Amino acid sequence: MGLTTPRTGGLLALALVIALLPLAFRNNYHYDVAIHIIINAAVVVGLNLLIGYAGQISLGHAAFFGLGAYTSAILTASHGWPPLAALGAGAVGVGLLAFLIGQPILRLKGHYLAMATLGFGIIISIVLNTESALTGGPDGMVVPAFTLFGWNLYGEKSWYWVFGGLLVLVTWLALNIIDSPVGRALRGVHGSEVAAQVSGMNTSHYKVLIFVVSAIIASIAGSLAAHYAGFITPGESGFFRSIELVTMVVLGGMASTFGAILGALILTLLPQLLAGFEDYEMMIFGAILMVTMIFMPKGLLPTLLRLRRARS
Amino acid sequence: MFSEFLQFLLTGITLGTTYALVGLGFSIIFNASNVINFAQGEFIMLGGMTTVFLVGAGLPLPLAIVLAVIATGLVGMALEKFAVEPAGNAEVVTLIIITIGASLFLRGLAQVLWGKGFFALQAFSGEEPINILGAIIVPQSLWVIGVSVVIMAVLWYFFSRTMLGRAILATSHNKVAAQLVGINTRFVLLMSFGLSAMLGAIAGIIIAPISLTSYDVGILLGLKGFAAAVLGGLGSGVGAIIGGLILGIAETMTAGYLSSDYKDAVPFIIMLLILFFLPRGLLGGRGTERV
Repeated sequence: MGLTTPRTGGLLALALVIALLPLAFRNNYHYDVAIHIIINAAVVVGLNLLIGYAGQISLGHAAFFGLGAYTSAILTASHGWPPLAALGAGAVGVGLLAFLIGQPILRLKGHYLAMATLGFGIIISIVLNTESALTGGPDGMVVPAFTLFGWNLYGEKSWYWVFGGLLVLVTWLALNIIDSPVGRALRGVHGSEVAAQVSGMNTSHYKVLIFVVSAIIASIAGSLAAHYAGFITPGESGFFRSIELVTMVVLGGMASTFGAILGALILTLLPQLLAGFEDYEMMIFGAILMVTMIFMPKGLLPTLLRLRRARS
Repeated sequence: MFSEFLQFLLTGITLGTTYALVGLGFSIIFNASNVINFAQGEFIMLGGMTTVFLVGAGLPLPLAIVLAVIATGLVGMALEKFAVEPAGNAEVVTLIIITIGASLFLRGLAQVLWGKGFFALQAFSGEEPINILGAIIVPQSLWVIGVSVVIMAVLWYFFSRTMLGRAILATSHNKVAAQLVGINTRFVLLMSFGLSAMLGAIAGIIIAPISLTSYDVGILLGLKGFAAAVLGGLGSGVGAIIGGLILGIAETMTAGYLSSDYKDAVPFIIMLLILFFLPRGLLGGRGTERV
């Protein structure tokens, strides 16, 4: 296990970048943008386990993020739960839900899986929009601050370290899962599910497991993001948001944990860079998607690495 | 009591035939290329919006409609030529993302060209409501149902009696075999995207006087058409029609008798149930995967 492997070297580099980045920040806006990048990165690293490694697409992943966020919001705001307990309850609830729907959904393949996850995401988003007595409806709801043992988590600077820690943790978890027997099983499923089954592997068991893991990661990120922003709307769980997450995975590079982080970085920064061109944002977003997929179906990072290897 | 039921039924059929047209578009492309075209909804939007603006520019309605359908057909062919074909034999996920990208691009373009407002297209033949056994419907509903029936008949003729239609069918059954008997499968692909885009455009135009149109009208209509195609069995033409009608009627019945809040969720709940218990749909015969 040298420093050049992604599991140690890559993780160390990531932690170092997160630790040193604030040196370059000049104001709270910089912190805020970095936090949004990190939130997306954490969700996308989880989603990449499912899409990139297990080869199972999910077009409804934002629903898990939204459910985590709303569970935290409702339990803390309306029922006075401590934020950490609400976050845990959200994670357990979302995990259970993912386990239950994962059984029938992950039996489907290709287009059918895409459609089922999409339908699931839309239904959740409609529920969050409609149950306004509970969720505040399309207008969204206010989320109380995150307090822990009487200590109030406040301001972009403190939150930056919380999210930074979360991303390192999630990345560490993902890298370990990939290198574990579960990870090898997943790659087997991606390569040829039939071959994996023939060699005695319970493929549906592994697929559901990774579905649950990625859903729980999204839920926790959603809970924290809701407390950080202090406000949530159902848009956070919508179809477009799900598409954004999948795009980050695919753009950065499927089956590449650091590629996924790169994808989150680029696509979260893009709207900031396009300030003043808001009207063109959707067009540019769509064009990037098409061009990347046509010319670099493996995604940015794997393509760049291959180019470098070819040159040396 | 009965008149109320009839009212919901007629509204449901109007809605359902629109979903059916969109679902047919999905099925045609899926058959010819094995691609689920997530940009299908944008064809609906382009049809409606282009017609509104051509009429606004002073063109007579029939001419505006014809031009809008042709223009949308060309967009569909461009999508195949410049986005789907260059990707070659990419993975399912890759193709899905490409068409999602195309959908965002077209929606963004419409937003830049025409803004975010809602637009109404004039009804084809007056607004005077018609009373049928106590149920009140607008004349446009009859246009929607009538045009859809004509289109379905034309499609049936096209696929069973014309050379190009049969070439498309042959390609969908076995691409290599189709090539061997001299069918230009590339041309077939191009045509199926064009045809499917025109179907979407027609659906968007005939429904626009009833439900208004805007740059983002394609998302929900497209996804529901998609649910219709799944319900009937992906790739089955008759299935898409039956699926569309079931979804449209179920949606209006839910809105009428239960709650209008959840009417938009109904098509997706039905789609999930079908996927869980009958993944090939009501009429789909083809396998869900090939090893």
